[in-house]
Amino acid sequence: MDWLFSFPNVLKIDTNAIDSAVRAFAVSAEGVLDAISGGLGGLVGSIGWLLKHIPWPVLVLLVVLLSWQARKNVRSGILYGILFALIGAIGLWDMMIVTLSIVLASVLIALLIGLPIGILISGSDRANGIVRPILDTMQTMPVFVYLIPALLLFGMGNASAVIATVIYAIVPVIRLTSLGIRQVDKEVVEAAKAFGSTRGQLLFKVQIPQALPTIMTGVNQTLMMAMAMVVTCSMIGARGLGMEVLEAVNRIQIGRGLVAGASVVILAVILDRMTQGWFSGDEPESTKREKAGRAR
Amino acid sequence: MEDRNDTIIRVEHVSKLYGPNRTEAVRMMEAGATKDEVYQKLGCTVALWDVNLEIPRGKIFVIIGLSGSGKSTMVRCFNRLNRPSAGRVLFEEADLAAMDKTALLEFRRNKISMVFQSFGLMSHRDVLGNAAYGLEVKNEGSMRSYLGGMFGKKKRVEREKREQKAKEVLAMVGLSGWEHQSCAQLSGGMRQRVGIARALANDPEVLLMDEPFSALDPLVRRDMQFELLQIQRKLQKTVIFITHDIDEAFKLGDMVAIMRDGKVVQVDTPEEMSANPADDYVREFTGSADKSKVLTVGNIMITPSSLVRITEGPAYAIKEMRKNALSTVYVVDHQLRLKGILTIQDAIRAWNEGLTIETVVKTEVQTTTPDVLVADIMPAAAEAMYPIAVVEDDGRLQGIVTKASVLASLI
Repeated sequence: MDWLFSFPNVLKIDTNAIDSAVRAFAVSAEGVLDAISGGLGGLVGSIGWLLKHIPWPVLVLLVVLLSWQARKNVRSGILYGILFALIGAIGLWDMMIVTLSIVLASVLIALLIGLPIGILISGSDRANGIVRPILDTMQTMPVFVYLIPALLLFGMGNASAVIATVIYAIVPVIRLTSLGIRQVDKEVVEAAKAFGSTRGQLLFKVQIPQALPTIMTGVNQTLMMAMAMVVTCSMIGARGLGMEVLEAVNRIQIGRGLVAGASVVILAVILDRMTQGWFSGDEPESTKREKAGRAR
Repeated sequence: MEDRNDTIIRVEHVSKLYGPNRTEAVRMMEAGATKDEVYQKLGCTVALWDVNLEIPRGKIFVIIGLSGSGKSTMVRCFNRLNRPSAGRVLFEEADLAAMDKTALLEFRRNKISMVFQSFGLMSHRDVLGNAAYGLEVKNEGSMRSYLGGMFGKKKRVEREKREQKAKEVLAMVGLSGWEHQSCAQLSGGMRQRVGIARALANDPEVLLMDEPFSALDPLVRRDMQFELLQIQRKLQKTVIFITHDIDEAFKLGDMVAIMRDGKVVQVDTPEEMSANPADDYVREFTGSADKSKVLTVGNIMITPSSLVRITEGPAYAIKEMRKNALSTVYVVDHQLRLKGILTIQDAIRAWNEGLTIETVVKTEVQTTTPDVLVADIMPAAAEAMYPIAVVEDDGRLQGIVTKASVLASLI
């Protein structure tokens, strides 16, 4: 009766064969892989270069202005500006710049790939049927499973970090772009068609503008997920705040880890607030009243 | 210039089926099955079945039916938002199904436009941006041929031109000064005015209106109906109007088509439909309408059972009245032109005193014409001592309307 309680391992998968296949691919496609990793490294590098050459007071002021506009409230603008300056004040400014450039590069690539895919699957049920299971897999697959192959194919450093981050963070922007476009009022779409819009006009003049609040929520979520990968990616050589946290944890320096971790949280909160509220319909009561006053 | 009474859109044997087993469903329908039977057996929805319509140019054509009768499906066949499963829709004798992509875009941009039940406005554009939408897609579509025109001065000129036109139509629907408001801040009635302005901006020949006033409250709806009538009379557009409200249909429609279960039951003028319903369903439907606002005097007048010529003697008049048990009789001349009314007392007096009818006839007679609405003569009919005479413009007597016939028409 023993066989009933031990599942027969009938199908033996040669995981070593997969390993060697990946390695063989890494060798044979070295040129292409190097080009990709060089390109990604260059992208992160140039964003970092740009950020480093902006004087820090200008960056802080930019945070104040953008969060003021996004929140429509001066006080939160100043609050986020102070929080941002705090990162520099505790001596983590340069690391924050490195982290920010990796995150921005990842989000940029995620949007460049994610927005068109989202638009594509919003218009085609067949494409939707193919893409959805892939997105589900990407969301549920443990990060480390593709962290290692990324390391193998693209080497230690920023390029691997960007690729791993893109895989992890691209899902919300695809899903929410597609959802937003599908949720556009059917009559509005019919109206656009009835007035002789081409597919392009329908998409760019009606569907995307109408779906913009939802799409922006997707962008925001993608940004947040990219931030969540900061520490994880330091394991494959991404520098910045994540590396600081990792090193502190490895050496059991609780205080150092806490400070660096808090900086990550502050950066995440600021990025989140700055990307929210631009296109959502819920305006603060004050502007609503002002507009209603004009209408009368 | 074409004849003003010609047909602008012709619908020939149009059917539309959704779902599985469509060929089987067609066979069942041809064998005389009902829509429900087909759905239960095959799961196939028959939205339209063998619809034939002729839409006259420059008129308001109303399609009425309950929800699920196929009227919304039908109206979307006119601009090919829906493609019929079978049959043809011809616009000025050109088959819509045969149009290629470009021809269809041109058709939608220039010939036909649509107004929607829940307005279909684009909330990211202001009132002006919505009203100019049709012109905008048309401009940009035609400018694609020379890329240089996409930018710079040409584009600005086009933009000013179409905004000018949009402002004109907005003024026509009474929205001057609201151009830069967001649509979300407008009331329902005003939003639908934007919808109508948007549809008129392209100067189309046909206006499709899919239950445009159903989402509005009754007072606003009445105003909008009145304004639509005014605009239509002014611009002479062909309007295809969908509604489920029989009063609205009869008020607006020059012609009314009544639909049931995807089929057209009757196409007629409101008066004819009210007077001669094709079947019990139409009778029941039209029965819910306020008939006095539909029926004209011509529909309810009766032929007088006796008439007296003015040249006859009083003795003949008395005999006629006695024979028909009447106390009054209308007096006409040889061309049947109304001369007056003769009461039995006057006739007897004339006979006793040896007078002619002409000297005793009452010439002050209440008259009306056949195309007056019953509702409009009701107060007069209630007051009148004698039946009201119905006369043509040339004075010829057409018939009479009694108190009884007015009341009977309302049942």
